[in-house]
Amino acid sequence: MLELKDVSYAVEEDGEQISIIDGLNLKVEDGKFVVITGPNGGGKSTLAKLIMGVNPVTSGKIYFNGEDITDFGITERAKAGISFAFQQPTRFKGIRVLDLLKLAAGKRISVAEACEYLSKVGLCAKDYINREVNASLSGGELKRIEIATVLARGTEFSIFDEPEAGIDLWSFGNLIQAFENIRSSYSGTVVIISHQERILEIADEIVVIENGRVAKQGPKEELLPELIGTASAQNTACSVLTKEA
Amino acid sequence: MLKLDEIQKRLLLEVADLHTMPEGAYNLRSNGASVDRSTTANIDIISKEDGSGIDIRIKPGTKNESVHIPVIMSESGLKETVYNDFYVGDDCDVTIVAGCGISNCGTGDSEHDGIHRFFVGKNSRVRYAEKHYGEGDGRGKRILNPVTEVYQQEGSYMEMEMVQIKGVDSTVRTTKAELAEGATLIVHERLMTHGSQTAVSTYEVALNGERSSTDVISRSVAKDDSVQTFEAAILGNAPCSGHAECDAIIMDRARVIAVPKLDAANVDAALIHEAAIGKIAGDQLVKLMSLGLTEQEAEEQIISGFLR
Repeated sequence: MLELKDVSYAVEEDGEQISIIDGLNLKVEDGKFVVITGPNGGGKSTLAKLIMGVNPVTSGKIYFNGEDITDFGITERAKAGISFAFQQPTRFKGIRVLDLLKLAAGKRISVAEACEYLSKVGLCAKDYINREVNASLSGGELKRIEIATVLARGTEFSIFDEPEAGIDLWSFGNLIQAFENIRSSYSGTVVIISHQERILEIADEIVVIENGRVAKQGPKEELLPELIGTASAQNTACSVLTKEA
Repeated sequence: MLKLDEIQKRLLLEVADLHTMPEGAYNLRSNGASVDRSTTANIDIISKEDGSGIDIRIKPGTKNESVHIPVIMSESGLKETVYNDFYVGDDCDVTIVAGCGISNCGTGDSEHDGIHRFFVGKNSRVRYAEKHYGEGDGRGKRILNPVTEVYQQEGSYMEMEMVQIKGVDSTVRTTKAELAEGATLIVHERLMTHGSQTAVSTYEVALNGERSSTDVISRSVAKDDSVQTFEAAILGNAPCSGHAECDAIIMDRARVIAVPKLDAANVDAALIHEAAIGKIAGDQLVKLMSLGLTEQEAEEQIISGFLR
């Protein structure tokens, strides 16, 4: 279980303290598929980074499986069993997709295993396995490779920060499919930051973050109906795509 | 077969990936003298009369053969300049592997200056690999100043891979090439410097023939207090295409100077240069650390990938 207790995060701008996360309390139960939503600027992505340790909390505590991980660095949290798919995946000159998946798995993996992870995110493995993770990949391809690295880690807790951001419409359908696959085959806890209705639809639980706090938390069946049509559950042009198809 | 001692074996492995002398044509130079040689029906190696080096003659039509000419130096204080000329006939397809390894545990400077000239015949393909390596904890410096001249005839293709990853204190590398009609030259340089090492790499590629082309790509990492200078000049004297790229990672207190130069003397010459110098990106480190690597492991992976 992941638990955040009275967590705050503030940044200093022009000598002024700006609060991004403000005394936030959150519990994520094991094995749940949780989608965190809420208006832009509400602190969702910041919260994800605080969980991974990319940014340190200003105050408060974070517990993972009962252990206080507040002072853990990124590497220690990764080793403790937390994975993170970045909103804007980084590119690496010279590092191939296969290398990245090997590093993610933390051991030597066969090409067949690597291909399996790529297939799960809808990439034709043989076209990608030896490609460099560089500027030659499109945003959508990079995003799916990023998700594959999290699958390759196979940890008990995974966070995906706005997986739909920056990808084209065509990739979006595949992405939803990829998460539906994860939903049915992955036994660990999944936290997704997203305000896409179709991602919210596959959640067990929805958390709404507003003004740096948890505004609402509850089962999808309860929360989704009241969120539909708001900024927290957007139904973008993908529905147009579905109609035409 | 020549018996190599342990230091010689290690140097040979570092510069030529060889555990022993290979099949095919080769010439091994050790501590200032040619000590072992083998030739084939198509590839001849002849010592120059004045003893200053060797001529390698490859018969026209030679396909899928290789020549290895490693140089190893394990005596401290040795200085030498060696002239090696490669005459590659028309319609060949060959691989040439050169390289120099210096082990200097003494106090005198060790220096090897290899002057290589390539005369590549019409429609021939040549793959040339050159690896430099230095080791030894003595105060004596390990110095390598290679000069490479390439003359490519019509329709020829040459690919050069120059690697210097470790242990060379001072390098001045000079490469000049002249390309005739339809000839192509591809250069991949990989360089890493550390400590107080200095490395200068200068390229001048003259695209003299119609449809000639070149791609000069340098990837380098400068650590500690080392200094690197990369100068790439492409001269477009005909309808041609040329591209030079210098990509460097800078660390610690190092310095990297990139000086690209394009000189177009024909309206149909298409020349491009790119140069980028920067430190390892923070988000790259963060991503690899989120996979469970320590910061140092992440840095090593980024560098080894970059220099692949």
